[in-house]
Amino acid sequence: MARDTLTGSRIRERRIILGMKQAELARRADISASYLNLIEHNRRRIGGKLLLDLAEILGVEPSVLTEGAEAALIGALREAAVRAPEAGPEIDRLDEFAGRFPGWARLLAESRARIDTLERSVEALTDRLAHDPHLADALHEMLSTVTSIRSTASILAEPGEIDPDWQRRFHRNIYEDSARLAESSRSLASYLEAEGKAAAESGTPQEEVDALFEAAQHHIAPLDAGGAADAVAEELGRALSPIARALLRRAFRRYAEDAALMPLDKVLEAVVVTGTDPLALARRFGTDPARAMRRLATLPADAPCGSVGLAICDASGVFTFRKPLPDFPIPRFGADCPLWPLFAALSRPMSVLSRVLQSAGRQSSPVTAMAFAQPSGPPQINREPVFEAHMMIAPAGPRASETPEDVGITCRICPRAACPARREPSLLGDGLTQSF
Amino acid sequence: MAKRVMLIEDEPNIIEAISFILSREGLSVETHSDGTTANDKLRASTPDLLILDVMLPGKSGYDILRELREEAGTVDLPVLMLTARGQTRDREMAERAGVSAFMTKPFSNAEMLEQVRTLMAETS
Repeated sequence: MARDTLTGSRIRERRIILGMKQAELARRADISASYLNLIEHNRRRIGGKLLLDLAEILGVEPSVLTEGAEAALIGALREAAVRAPEAGPEIDRLDEFAGRFPGWARLLAESRARIDTLERSVEALTDRLAHDPHLADALHEMLSTVTSIRSTASILAEPGEIDPDWQRRFHRNIYEDSARLAESSRSLASYLEAEGKAAAESGTPQEEVDALFEAAQHHIAPLDAGGAADAVAEELGRALSPIARALLRRAFRRYAEDAALMPLDKVLEAVVVTGTDPLALARRFGTDPARAMRRLATLPADAPCGSVGLAICDASGVFTFRKPLPDFPIPRFGADCPLWPLFAALSRPMSVLSRVLQSAGRQSSPVTAMAFAQPSGPPQINREPVFEAHMMIAPAGPRASETPEDVGITCRICPRAACPARREPSLLGDGLTQSF
Repeated sequence: MAKRVMLIEDEPNIIEAISFILSREGLSVETHSDGTTANDKLRASTPDLLILDVMLPGKSGYDILRELREEAGTVDLPVLMLTARGQTRDREMAERAGVSAFMTKPFSNAEMLEQVRTLMAETS
């Protein structure tokens, strides 16, 4: 949807941030609540005096409502603001800030993103220091050697005579220990340098894999050309950490299997007819909807059906694949909204759930979400299946006229009031925090 | 008769240094470097003091200590534990296992001797 058709969304977002009921805004603007509802869902265009009145009531320049700013930028700024509430950022004037000072706004958003990455690196390195067995062994080895050197050197440094045999033995021990210490410290330094570099570039192994897919725009051409999954993973994943490489191999094997069953050229022909409907595509290829969703999400950027987003999670809700859309971000570090049909699908396996979603409080277009959960492996005797869920996201298209379900991205920046799924208070607006 | 110290440690050069220092103090020192046979050795010949490393091949110092504390003959045996890990949780683990004193590597000879003397005095 073009930006200038999102005036209603911006009115709605501004109203929610102010904690104003729809009925109250309608009354003050002297229009019916149902008409305002249509406006807020971008189903009625407004302009002229009504726009000026609404802007005045909402305390913003009319241009802020009509032009807005990039949704992703606003989202990033909002996240930056809620991370540092003590600085007192004027969240209610966020759109105005981004509109008037777009360069500064981008700088702030990029700085916040950089801080996020660095914080993750620190976390990853701290984890490694605490739990890395190689590091623990190396440090133990070094401390034991230092203890031995210190103890032996103390004996030699003490006044008084030592038996020449013992003296020779202790000299030899110090010499051997110093050589061991030199070797173990050199080895530790190399290890920390290599691991630190990997961690600084992208936090967890899954994030390293996510970053690789993102850099390739989620389309791995060598696999679509029939390349062997392990060989392609080895080639493209050279810079990844060992665990990330293992995850990449698994992801590429699945990609290659999907590509073999649903060849790229055939899929590109099919989507001209089926569009981004994963069910229709699955029927054409005699496969399951999850595979069709994965193929749709990994098509080249110029595919005729347009780009779709995809989230895949395991039964515990941890993401194993994430491809966000500009209008539907997927948090990088989990803590996503429990209202997403992705999670509902886990409790209704083998059913395709279809919803029109709107990210609460965001200036974004509605999206359609189709979610499907199925066992992640073959059936086993007397063992419960372990499910995996897929949720594909696409622009709402003709379904944009449906009243969407409000969902959040993550609780901390979600203005949705009285939400039964809320995990922690929102930092947007006092009322919500108090009602948690 | 000299008091007996058993040292269970897997670093040969640390064993030599500690043995030398303790022998010079007039103590009789018996050394072992394998965790798996430690409890059998202790059962066969209980010393006056045990100096025990945490990370040993075969069995950890914590496990050896826990077993000692379950046996009547060694329930009160003074145990000085040596470890390269000195974090709070490592100390807590040692205390829960029933350690008498705990030293973090690298330590000085003087510190170790002081601990040994203190523990010996408590038992005499």
